[in-house]
Amino acid sequence: MKQTLMFSSRILTVALALTLALTGCGSGNGGGGTTGTSEGTPQQEKATPQNEAKKPVKLLNVSYDPTRELYDEYNKAFAAHWKAETGQDVTIEQSHGGSGKQARSVIDGLKADVVTLALGYDIDALVGPGLLDSEWQKQFEHNSSPYTSTIVFLVRKGNPKNILDWNDLIKDGVEVITPNPKTSGGARWNYLAAWGYALKHNNNDEEKAKEFVKELFKHVPVLDSGARGSTTTFVERKLGDVLLAWENEALLSLKEFGEGEFEIVTPSISILAEPPVAIVDKVVDGRETREVAEAYLQYLYSEEGQDIAGKHFYRPILPAAAEKYKSQFKEVELLQIDKDFQGWKAAQEKHFNDGGTFDQIYTPGS
Amino acid sequence: MKGSKPKAKAKSVLPGFGISMGFTIFYLCLIVIIPLSAVFIKTSGMTMVQFWETITNPRVLASYRISFLTAFAAALINVVFGLLVAWVLVRYNFPGKKLIDSLVDLPFALPTAVAGIALTAIYAPNGWIGSLLQPLGIKVAFTPLGITIALVFIGLPFVVRTVQPVLQDLEKDTEEAAVMLGAYRLRTFIKVILPELIPPLLTGFAMAFARGLGEFGSVVFISGNMPLKTEIAPLLIMTKLEQFDYMGATAIALVMLVIAFVMLLIINVLQWWSGRRAIAG
Amino acid sequence: MAGTVTAHLDHKAAQRPQHINESGPMRIILIAIALLFLTLVVVLPLVTIFIEAFKKGVDVYVASITEPYALSALRLTLLTAVVAVPLNTLFGVAAAWAIAKFQFRGKNILITLIDLPFAISPVIAGLIFVLLFGAQGFLGPWLDQQGIQIIFALPGIVLATIFVTFPFVAREIIPLMQAQGTQEEEAAASLGARGWQIFWRITLPNIKWGLLYGIILCNARAMGEFGAVSVVSGHIRGQTNTLPLHVEILYNEYQFAASFAVASLLLLLAVLTLVAKAVIEWKSEK
Repeated sequence: MKQTLMFSSRILTVALALTLALTGCGSGNGGGGTTGTSEGTPQQEKATPQNEAKKPVKLLNVSYDPTRELYDEYNKAFAAHWKAETGQDVTIEQSHGGSGKQARSVIDGLKADVVTLALGYDIDALVGPGLLDSEWQKQFEHNSSPYTSTIVFLVRKGNPKNILDWNDLIKDGVEVITPNPKTSGGARWNYLAAWGYALKHNNNDEEKAKEFVKELFKHVPVLDSGARGSTTTFVERKLGDVLLAWENEALLSLKEFGEGEFEIVTPSISILAEPPVAIVDKVVDGRETREVAEAYLQYLYSEEGQDIAGKHFYRPILPAAAEKYKSQFKEVELLQIDKDFQGWKAAQEKHFNDGGTFDQIYTPGS
Repeated sequence: MKGSKPKAKAKSVLPGFGISMGFTIFYLCLIVIIPLSAVFIKTSGMTMVQFWETITNPRVLASYRISFLTAFAAALINVVFGLLVAWVLVRYNFPGKKLIDSLVDLPFALPTAVAGIALTAIYAPNGWIGSLLQPLGIKVAFTPLGITIALVFIGLPFVVRTVQPVLQDLEKDTEEAAVMLGAYRLRTFIKVILPELIPPLLTGFAMAFARGLGEFGSVVFISGNMPLKTEIAPLLIMTKLEQFDYMGATAIALVMLVIAFVMLLIINVLQWWSGRRAIAG
Repeated sequence: MAGTVTAHLDHKAAQRPQHINESGPMRIILIAIALLFLTLVVVLPLVTIFIEAFKKGVDVYVASITEPYALSALRLTLLTAVVAVPLNTLFGVAAAWAIAKFQFRGKNILITLIDLPFAISPVIAGLIFVLLFGAQGFLGPWLDQQGIQIIFALPGIVLATIFVTFPFVAREIIPLMQAQGTQEEEAAASLGARGWQIFWRITLPNIKWGLLYGIILCNARAMGEFGAVSVVSGHIRGQTNTLPLHVEILYNEYQFAASFAVASLLLLLAVLTLVAKAVIEWKSEK
């Protein structure tokens, strides 16, 4: 017993000493780490000595999955524009992932200057922790959505199952691929579009709409967690007869995998998908990047920004750009989240929160 | 424990207990205990009712069942084939044996996501093997069978690497004696060799099983993630997190944590117990 | 217990007396089944990775492993391993010394706690660090005030990696040291050797193979970890993407060939360490 006691006291002393020593170095290390990363900037600065006026600046744009190619090009365009305008070098870093996951990372401390996510609800989630103002969606024109998209069907060549509209999806033997609305922003637009269609064709009878989406999800063999996962399942694994996808993703798939293999079907009714953008106030104020961050998002509305959006298959809102890319987008009746679903908060609560209409589909015995 | 082993000295002449033990405990606390306690603290913010409802929700229960069954099946498959692989590697000589031996470690090294993507590509209906099985009506990818295959991949090294050394040390004498007494090969195996192998097999099984319960990266690609059918518990944690439901996520995490701890404790006690029996015998 | 040492395959093993060995055909059947199983489960995925990696030709392969983002991911991965592996090695040796050479209460609990990271879902491993260091976490606000970034930066990635690879070295050498007992060390101590002398001259030579094997496994896993790191990384291109995360990004960008090329790079790193081990072993056997 004495032995044990002595051991434990020795253990305690050593453990304590180590704790002290390490917490000491720990914070030192942490500090070193942060200065280490910020030192990256001055080094790049030396490479381009012509700008004495302003120090180079970095922005972090936290975005969702399908915008990778869009922002790849837009970032270069904006950097050139900003350089010409102010003489300052700007580097934009990108982070992509599922929209909800990305919002959560920002909430947990990922220092995003701007967020460009799949739906307003995910940006609304940043309001609670005080990262941005609840009126964020009024900051930029057009609901802070510089480009829009919608939901279409991607089918295999020749449309062998003859899928033309939403009600064809629940025909016998049709397999539908969509990501999980719980984890994917795009899938929530899919779900709401299907819901809206069912309401319209059943005199706004909610029970009927519920039955329709339930039947629809019985035709879904694989629920990937993100839009890109679903596209891969449909395109690479050759699973399913129809993929419910963002219009821009569907058009991109045609481009990436060849027009010969797939066709796009535009249903009679779909939804106006508005992927919004916002400044993360808390971060830009801390880093003093507000000016360039605002310019970055504002430039999305410029002619060049709109042209790049159209080029990457997003529907531009600027009339000139919309006219230019008119041929790639079909006209379709579009439901609106604010008008037809009373905004994201209501839609989320009703359909996607735990116990919502989507969960009811997957309740055993129902 | 101290009293039970007469050989062990109450007082060791060896130095370094204080410092090694101190460092061990300090490091363990810093890396494992303190971070894990965050899960407990977080869930303590829930009421009992909330906690209970979260962890017994039908979909959550279904996900435990799927994780449990597939991990169990995979561990079982690994016990049978892991033993065979270990046997072949220890007892026979054949060309390329060293290479094969190294291959066994690769599932440790390959990022789980890559394993998932590669396995999906092979076992999907249009993959090399998937397309062969398709006409037979067997679906692998996007079914519990697919999850099992991913978990077999993940758990294989655990079984092989625990059985191998024991098999190597197995004394020939008892086997010889059994043969001299006229026992058949199979009988020798079952009566003489197998009993010796049961502790490492159990350990290997339990490690593969525990690892399989928690596996995420490889499974999400091959499972299809269908609620109630192929949705695993770690995915539900992820799903809850993405809906900003930290409480719900940590509640499920807590359940899995406790299961993992209890399983490991059982293995270690079993092992200690069988070791003691060996000394006593 | 995850694998005790395998290191030496006994070459004499195969020359067992005929009467306690399986018959020739039986041996061939057993080998065939074992190889078939390994082919289905391990070899095929590896072959797939290489086929996919070279599908678009060597040029694409080389380009995708030498582009700046891949290189920065490689750098980050190596850096993470360089920090995580020595720390876990140090811990493994200390823990093995305490556990194998001394008797104390609660040893089973201690061993179980060391094993725990093996059995914890990588998702949870990431989650705990978010709960602790995230902006909404217990220490997050304070860290933020100090201007220290842990998650979504290098320290978080390193911490998650250390957690996941925590037991590898310890678990490899504890049984080894236990099996060797304490007599040699005790003899040395009674002859007046000091603690470090005992360790360097007697213990270390006895456990070097197990230690090496543990380090190799620890390193392989540290470079390949995906789930836990994915939760704490933030996925900033060129900054906080490790190689496994870079693989996922490329895959999600429909650059399948590039994605598998980077995956094969990771595999090659793992194979390289295994080859290194075999070479050292072979040299020391001579």
